Amino acid sequence: MDAILIQLLNGLDKGAAYALIALGLTLVFGTLGVVNFAHGALFMLGAFCAVTFQKILTISVKVVDPSITFFTAYKEQPYLEIWFGDVGLAIIDYAVPLSIFMAIPVMLLIGLVMERGLIRHFYKRTHAEQILVTFGLAIVIQEVIRHFFGANPIPTPAPDIVSSSAAIGSWLGLSENLVYPWWRLIYLAFSALIITSVFAFLQLTTFGMIVRAGMFDRQMVGFLGIDVQRKFTIVFGLAAVVAGLAGVMYAPILPPDYHMGMDFLVLSFVVVVVGGMGSLGGAVAAGFLLGILQSFASMTVITELVPGIDQVIIYLVAVIVLLTRPRGLMGRKGVMED
Amino acid sequence: MILEKKRSDLVTMILFSMVVLSMPIWLNPLGANYPDLLQKFAIFGIFAIGYNILFGLTGYLSFGHAIFLGVGSYTAVWSFKLLSMNVIPAVISSVILAGIVAAFVGFVSLRRSGIYFSILTLAFAQMFYNLAYSVLTPITNGETGLQLALEDPRVIDRLFSTAGEGLPSTELFGLSMSGYSGFYFCAVMLIVAFYVSLKIFNSPFGLKLKAIKSNQHRMKYTGYNTRPYLLTAFIISGMFAGLAGALMAVTDPLAGAERMQWTASGEVVLMTILGGVGTLYGPLLGVVIIKYLENIFSAVNEAVLQTFFDFLPSWLQDTMVVIVSPFVGEGWHLTLGLMFMGIVIFLPGGITEGFQKMKKRFFTKENSESSNQEGK
Repeated sequence: MDAILIQLLNGLDKGAAYALIALGLTLVFGTLGVVNFAHGALFMLGAFCAVTFQKILTISVKVVDPSITFFTAYKEQPYLEIWFGDVGLAIIDYAVPLSIFMAIPVMLLIGLVMERGLIRHFYKRTHAEQILVTFGLAIVIQEVIRHFFGANPIPTPAPDIVSSSAAIGSWLGLSENLVYPWWRLIYLAFSALIITSVFAFLQLTTFGMIVRAGMFDRQMVGFLGIDVQRKFTIVFGLAAVVAGLAGVMYAPILPPDYHMGMDFLVLSFVVVVVGGMGSLGGAVAAGFLLGILQSFASMTVITELVPGIDQVIIYLVAVIVLLTRPRGLMGRKGVMED
Repeated sequence: MILEKKRSDLVTMILFSMVVLSMPIWLNPLGANYPDLLQKFAIFGIFAIGYNILFGLTGYLSFGHAIFLGVGSYTAVWSFKLLSMNVIPAVISSVILAGIVAAFVGFVSLRRSGIYFSILTLAFAQMFYNLAYSVLTPITNGETGLQLALEDPRVIDRLFSTAGEGLPSTELFGLSMSGYSGFYFCAVMLIVAFYVSLKIFNSPFGLKLKAIKSNQHRMKYTGYNTRPYLLTAFIISGMFAGLAGALMAVTDPLAGAERMQWTASGEVVLMTILGGVGTLYGPLLGVVIIKYLENIFSAVNEAVLQTFFDFLPSWLQDTMVVIVSPFVGEGWHLTLGLMFMGIVIFLPGGITEGFQKMKKRFFTKENSESSNQEGK
């Protein structure tokens, strides 16, 4: 029972990351009709926003260490600590959550520039060419990051207060030993919040209505005198922000390195396809579903039964879904069924 | 007419063979005439030619061809371990096994087309890659990679001679497959592969593949079942990839799972596109350019750059070094990515198309001028 609950949480956690990336992918595909292989790179850029912010906050100066009296010892002390004392230290501690505020404008800008500069010229080209050019872009972004941050994963710890584990076992009246890291729970809640707000934005605002109409029939919306192109550019920015935020919050769970985007990209494509191309609800549902499936498949009971299943389960599911239900779990009829 | 065609094929093949076999001579001035690089040209040439048969002719973008490369390599190394150090059984078994795996992957993936096909092959690539690292470790030796060992049985070799001391090297009936002899073996394979590709391009089969690319629906309406043709193309290109993988193992008998990662398939897509998709020579051109540049760029470091920009005044020299250094050495992949994007954006048909455009521009100019004169 405990193990199952833990795996369920693990799965939801993984699934949340998949769902967030897949949500952005679907938005872009549904509105712009572009298959964006650089979307994983946006996720990675988000994680590196957190890294950069942390680096900026901890810019240090060499000072004499007064605690060592035998000789003059030096230590690195962040400026923030010198200027603000304990408040400064607390700010450094909260680097990751605070970097969200930096990540939103940065990711929005990156998204808009990407759409205006590159993606826009590929609306009319074939899907293969879209895949290729965004694949090239992903390589470029990845290598730029590697140039500045090196090839090794960079640990970006969560704030101290949530670095321990939550005793979810005792909350639910189960075993005391059942604990789960706070940060992962926060991540889950955060993802749920973002997903809800994206849906609320699309369902409740006029802008969202136009976007949904545009996903349904772009030409018709254009005929009604609405500048669809402009709206879609903003949608691309929005998708970049969603991917970026997912990356920021994922940084304490998985120390970011330059190729984490590629790893997540393949998975989230699989998620999009399983959910159904162009279906937002499908992307989210499939994200959580596949995340949970993957973490259950990695239980020892199951890997002993079918060795290697944890490595391939997602892809296996994708292959089966693609072959038996061409438009995915929740895809609209007639959209990309070929 | 047919005779003429045959003759022109013969001429092409003779010219092609001469160019390939004389590579050590004419690449000398470029500083690319050492066997290691030449072998890479030939091996990746085969890989790209094979890939082009699928992507170039039918337009199906596969990200799964690294699987067959990996399968080829593993099979070849196992053949060296179990059967013989002779390369013939290794090459044959690799090609056959890669073909079988390709038949399986292709049979499933080709049920869908377009982007779904790409994603299906991507999923298969990830599956094989993950399996090679986890469950298939007894076969693939996991992260260490599959290597030769002294205690390998080598059944066929043992029939003729006792085991010598030290690790044996790959050979073709006594001819060691390292250095130039290795290159010539790869080159001969390349010529064979090119011949097959030439034949396919000029055959009714090739024509059908091109028809599938231009309009699959119309093709179906005219009564053709397109899937068998696609599957055949997929298997052939998979076998080419298997051959390339086997030759990698022949020139350097070890195999690792990183060869099967989907980004490795991305590399061959890149080569094919750079040279020119769907053209006979384009992929080869792309391979030579990319592998040559890779060889040069990754060897360059700051000291080399300093001497390269020596002719400039010293302040300009330093700035140039700072500007250029992110793009060389470790940063080679950055250059590659930029080059790739540039090609897809501005020249989707690759370098071959670039040549044709230039040619056309010059010719049409002359024509219009002459017609103007006639008008007067």
